Amino acid sequence: MKHLEKNVIFGLYDDEEILKSAVIKANEAHLEIMDVYTPFAVHGLDPLLGLKESRLHIGGFVYGLTGTLTAFLGMTWIHTRDWPQIIGGKPYWAILSFVPITFELTVLFASIGMVATFYIINGQGPGVMNPILHPSITDDKFCIAFETGGLDNSEVEKRRNFFNNTGASLVETKTI
Amino acid sequence: MGSGISSPIREPLVQGHKTYHQITEDLCSPTERAPSRAWTLAFIVALSALTFGVICILITIWVGIGTWRLNRTIGWGWDITNFVWWIGIGHAGTLISAILLLFRQKWRTGVNRAAEAMTIFAVICAALFPAIHVGRIWVTFFFFPYPNTRGPVWPNFNSPLLWDLFAISTYFTVSLLFWYTGLVPDFATVRDRAKGFRRKLYNTLSFGWTGAAKHWQRHEALSLVLAGLATPLVLSVHTIVSFDFATSVIPGWHTTIFPPYFVAGAIFSGFAMVLTLMIITRKVLNLQDYITIGHIESMNKIILVTGTIVGVAYLTELFIAWYSGYVYEQFAFFNRALGPYWWAYFGMMTCNVLSPQIFWSKKIRRNVTITFLMSIFVNIGMWFERFVIIATTLARDYLPSSWSFYVPSIVEIGIFIGTLGIFFTCYLIFVRIAPVVAIAEIKHILKSSGDQYVNANAQTTFQQIETGNMELEVAGHDTHDGHDHH
Repeated sequence: MKHLEKNVIFGLYDDEEILKSAVIKANEAHLEIMDVYTPFAVHGLDPLLGLKESRLHIGGFVYGLTGTLTAFLGMTWIHTRDWPQIIGGKPYWAILSFVPITFELTVLFASIGMVATFYIINGQGPGVMNPILHPSITDDKFCIAFETGGLDNSEVEKRRNFFNNTGASLVETKTI
Repeated sequence: MGSGISSPIREPLVQGHKTYHQITEDLCSPTERAPSRAWTLAFIVALSALTFGVICILITIWVGIGTWRLNRTIGWGWDITNFVWWIGIGHAGTLISAILLLFRQKWRTGVNRAAEAMTIFAVICAALFPAIHVGRIWVTFFFFPYPNTRGPVWPNFNSPLLWDLFAISTYFTVSLLFWYTGLVPDFATVRDRAKGFRRKLYNTLSFGWTGAAKHWQRHEALSLVLAGLATPLVLSVHTIVSFDFATSVIPGWHTTIFPPYFVAGAIFSGFAMVLTLMIITRKVLNLQDYITIGHIESMNKIILVTGTIVGVAYLTELFIAWYSGYVYEQFAFFNRALGPYWWAYFGMMTCNVLSPQIFWSKKIRRNVTITFLMSIFVNIGMWFERFVIIATTLARDYLPSSWSFYVPSIVEIGIFIGTLGIFFTCYLIFVRIAPVVAIAEIKHILKSSGDQYVNANAQTTFQQIETGNMELEVAGHDTHDGHDHH
């Protein structure tokens, strides 16, 4: 997959409260944020960035349902149609004894499905190399990044000033 | 959650006035230094035990199950005892990660990563036993329902032994996924500090994690749903294991109390193993600021509760045996206490029912040495419990002319020692490669539970900045000219 190059200007903040204030100010100044990177999940950040809620749980439900049906219908067919056997004097279609495996397969399919979906939609996976703006982001710094491709110098300066005015401890430009 | 003030009476969960960077340093550095002498020694011992176990397993497969001295009527001996013991130990990890997450217990963050790792290694050890106890391990693929040309012939889906297969496989997979999902951001933290070969290794392991806000949002959503799935899963897994016994017709086995009794016992033994490992880990890696006495006390409380539940279950069994008037059930328990394995029964009662009661005392709950000794007792006691259930019952079932006695062979003992070797080898490797405490989660709770933020010191972020408790660099200012804070 060809990686499209982006020019960004980013600022690092020392604390998540300062980060959130800065995001609010960026919204007020109508500066479109490319992304925010943090070392841990910051509560209250998602609504500020206008992030819609994740729909991963819907996927989880669908995968789980697939598991339920696979297990239950599979066992039903095997024990009633394909090779019915009288086991322990019990009926062929022993619904209650199918429950444990049905439950397990529901959980299994839901989990594997959701985790796989999570990595795919994030663009992550074993050995995937995504561009890192600054190594401190996974340590103790909080980052706001703006795209600068197609912006003239005064716009870039506007963003640089924004970072300086909101308390960023570091401002840098990078091509990723 | 967030940066506000939390309850001023709660005990801090992170001590030492840590900053985010210090958390990174403290928790990443064990993976960056060369292994200590203690680690190397422990690794050699664990690896030797593992090797001995592998040899015993090879003997079992080559010569046959006869090397296990199982006989009529004792078809299950140390093999299934060990299986249930290991699965029980694995339950603490999922409980800490999943159930305590749903209950919003922030203290789980100090121990959840290591506990989940323990779950995975314990399940590996446990899964070994069903695989090798069948004798002809080369046909174990029969267990899995795949379309075949032999009829097609299918496994018996009504059998608890097959439910076990699905339950253990699912449990292993889901625990692994849950554990790894939490590890990815922490691997990214280690990656961004690493150079050379380690950088390449952690690049692969961290899956390209960048810390983007949307990714964190999805990460939280995923963790919550996985926790919600893992909770009924952990309850169902040990319930299904208990069904291996409860769905039989053997007196002492065929009781409806087994599912909750087994689940409580699993949590009990699991937490004991977590404590054993955490007490050693926090001492050796100097993590007392993250795995505090408060954490140990909380885990002891859970041990007290689940140990008492197990004790109540024992008493219930005895009562119902008497109340039912069913002579075979009555004999089963008479035999446990006074039969040929009475010493195992009293070991079990002492270790499981009597000894955890000392944790009613707060002083004892917060004593690390006593906790460590207790955790060993509980693990021994829970092993005896499974042994008592299996061997004593099978040795004295319905027909006196079939009564027999069972003594383990050196091969069986060797396999058990081997699983201890596997478990500790894996754990030691885990300690070298991955951060033992969940870095991102600790940072997440720092503001609400760090000791500079709770109790009388509770301050919001901006107050912290004003009073100089938190230093900030400001872009464009040179802050390397010495400290001018008070």
